[in-house]
Amino acid sequence: MSTPSNTIAAPQRSAGFWKDNLREYGMMMSLLAIVLFFYFATDGVVLKPLNVTNIILQNSYIVIMALGMLMVIVTGHIDLSVGSVAGFIGAVAAMLMVQYDMNFVVAAILCLALGGLIGAMQGFWVAYFKIPSFIVTLAGMLVFRGLMIAVLSGRSIGPFDPTFQKLSSGYIPELFPSESGFYLTSLILGLALAGLLVWQNFKARARRVSHDVETEPFGFFVGKNLLMFAIVGYIAYLIAAHRGMPNVLIIMALLIAAYAFFTNRTIFGRQIYAVGGNEKAAALSGIKTARLTFFTFVNMGVLAALAGLVFAARLNTATPKAGLGFELDVIAACFIGGASAYGGVGKVTGAVIGAFIMGVMNNGMSILGIGIDYQQVIKGLVLLGAVCVDVYNQRR
Amino acid sequence: MLAPAVSAEQLPILEMRGISKSFGAVKALSDVSFTVREGEIHALVGENGAGKSTLMKVLSGVYPHGSYEGSILYDGQERRFHDINDSEDIGIIIIHQELALIPLMSIAENIFLSNPPSRFGVIDRSAVHERTKALLAKVGLDEAPDTLITNIGVGKQQLVEIAKALSKDVRLLILDEPTASLNERDSAALLELLKEFRNQGITSILISHKLNEISAVADRITVLRDGQTVGTLDCHEGVVEEDEIIRRMVDRDMESRYPKRTPKIGDVIFEVENWSVYHPQHSERQVVKNVSMQVKAGEVVGISGLMGAGRTEFAMSVFGRSWGRDISGTVRVHGKDVDLSDVHRAIKAGLAYVTEDRKHLGLILPEDIRKNVSLAHLGGVSTRGVIDDIQEMKVAQEFRNRMRIRSHNVYQETGKLSGGNQQKVVLSKWLFTNPDVLILDEPTRGIDVGAKYEIYSIINELADAGKAVIVISSEMPELIGICDRIMVMHEGEFVGEVAGEEATQENIMRAIMRRKVREE
Repeated sequence: MSTPSNTIAAPQRSAGFWKDNLREYGMMMSLLAIVLFFYFATDGVVLKPLNVTNIILQNSYIVIMALGMLMVIVTGHIDLSVGSVAGFIGAVAAMLMVQYDMNFVVAAILCLALGGLIGAMQGFWVAYFKIPSFIVTLAGMLVFRGLMIAVLSGRSIGPFDPTFQKLSSGYIPELFPSESGFYLTSLILGLALAGLLVWQNFKARARRVSHDVETEPFGFFVGKNLLMFAIVGYIAYLIAAHRGMPNVLIIMALLIAAYAFFTNRTIFGRQIYAVGGNEKAAALSGIKTARLTFFTFVNMGVLAALAGLVFAARLNTATPKAGLGFELDVIAACFIGGASAYGGVGKVTGAVIGAFIMGVMNNGMSILGIGIDYQQVIKGLVLLGAVCVDVYNQRR
Repeated sequence: MLAPAVSAEQLPILEMRGISKSFGAVKALSDVSFTVREGEIHALVGENGAGKSTLMKVLSGVYPHGSYEGSILYDGQERRFHDINDSEDIGIIIIHQELALIPLMSIAENIFLSNPPSRFGVIDRSAVHERTKALLAKVGLDEAPDTLITNIGVGKQQLVEIAKALSKDVRLLILDEPTASLNERDSAALLELLKEFRNQGITSILISHKLNEISAVADRITVLRDGQTVGTLDCHEGVVEEDEIIRRMVDRDMESRYPKRTPKIGDVIFEVENWSVYHPQHSERQVVKNVSMQVKAGEVVGISGLMGAGRTEFAMSVFGRSWGRDISGTVRVHGKDVDLSDVHRAIKAGLAYVTEDRKHLGLILPEDIRKNVSLAHLGGVSTRGVIDDIQEMKVAQEFRNRMRIRSHNVYQETGKLSGGNQQKVVLSKWLFTNPDVLILDEPTRGIDVGAKYEIYSIINELADAGKAVIVISSEMPELIGICDRIMVMHEGEFVGEVAGEEATQENIMRAIMRRKVREE
């Protein structure tokens, strides 16, 4: 009370900005370092156009599920059933489309709805009956793995309708076909996306400056945007040099943008973090905690179903092994991406970066000819290391 | 155990010389000297952040030798503690404010957690039982040794902690805010126990914000301010006035501990009628029994009572049925019946409840000030469901200035703020919802004198702005100091009502005791 209040109102330059973003920059740098490491270790094979497209295709379903898993983890829960659910949905899709010849659009919509229903059933026990999510989803993992094998009767079902396959193996149409085999449309789209991101950043910064609040140093800001533009542009160029943008990349990009906006900017998103940070305090602040938890599980179910469809379309068949162990990759992606196992902390962009860190490592190590045995060892150590660094930084 | 040295010139059992301790650039203690005589009760006072806890952590070895400057002499010998076991081995036991008992273990298991009497590595159950019984008798706790901790109240848990200390042959007992969560009666019993220990030659260091308790039991009082020793007062050399202690703690004169206010009381805006609540687990237990109350605009109404009287339960059940089951009764705000079936609706109806437990129920500790302030009224900083981060920040800054929250900026984690500042963040959150009726539950618990004064000023401002304010508190002087009217609750009922100017601790206690006598 002896402090005069006018001294408190001093301008706060960049404190909030750093606090919110430092961790993400660190993640981004780690991903970049890993890519560069494999670039040199594999004599550039990792960044060959074909391989870049492959990395994206191979990780699309992990990224899609990581978006939902992040929200589940942020509310302080976990979902172990996503691999089984994805596999089960793939099997149901195969049954509907191949055995019953159902139109693939109708079948896909039914599958997504079924995913939501599965999420609702699990979320119900977690949110309203307060049964630990670990147990509910462990049960779900067994149940849906079993149901999947039952639906498939232990066989593989395929192939799918060629149009449905396009979900995973199709590319966007080329507007300017050229004989050199360069897909200009994809490059333009990529550069437009990069430009849009930079423009958004500048707009946000200008707004902060005009309100005389915290911003990062201008030099850093420009450098960051240049680097981002260069990276996105370069990836777009690589993709354009192979076969253009895969359809699934467009789906992924839209989902990432939507979930990033949803979690960062909306009331709903904020409330999810509040529930994870302190459920009781959130409830006493008028937040409907059970309903939010329930919603995150429904959402997770829909995304797992989508991932199951993408995976089935990619393999062009539903096999009893589909989705096996996916949950571990998805959960690892979230934790590598900075989510806290105690809830309340984690970002969508972090989870996406985490998924690609895992994906690039898988890919790079395979190219280097490292056996699946040691790949697992290395991935396990990276997960532990990443979380240790995070915990250490938190304690400082 | 050494025989207590009760001579005319008592020898120091403990001498801390020139203690300095820094955390990064922040100097928490600088050149603190602190001497405790054998067999005395020595109070250590100071505002939050003055360095009391840091000093005690240095003493108990939580901060090991080498991490601080200066020296510790105990029994005339220099000691270098590497961890808390080193200090416990020679009889220095600290009891922290947050009790460290394991809820689902019995009293006996908790007392003998670290080194139970055993034979060949097997715990000797009957010895544990017998020794626990003896220890419980010493601290005056009438509970069976195998009662689970979770089944006894905070007051009794405190006694278990003390029994645990006794089991380790304590010579110097350090109590950090032991009465913060106790009611008047339990507090008094605890202080009596300390006096009893003094007679047995056990030395105590008592850290407390409750100055009336300190003047009641302490032999000497050391005041810390901003990491330095301000001085030591001897209570046997004349009477030490509370105001004198406060003056030393805050380095300024405080005209009164309670800011003045001329009440401007309007119409009744908040009415509760026949409110009744049952216990959520024991459904036959009626915790709140058909109570009714009215609060006028601009009025500050206190609810006094012993711990377990049902005050918090009453408040939380009104606030969106956050506690209890089979809740019945009606609530009117501005004369209209309101639906309080969940917290969201209660907030909409113009109610706000500031919890007694800010760490667990009030704040999201890992989040910053900004996000905590906006949490209960996110609609106020957003358009069509999208949060405007700049507006949100401005709201937070406004409250930070208005409430004088001391922090680097609004992006500081609330978990890293002092108790008083945390309380101001919780208050800010509720003021941002612009309520008509505020229920403040123990609003000054565990915060220092200066911050208390600021909270009282805010309460006055709210009342002047025409709001109905209800204050639940276990500190009677506080209620007497700030309320226009005090309702006394006992066993789930209002048993008396005292107008502010007539209120004294005696007539509040009388209202409670009268009822108790009738029951017995």
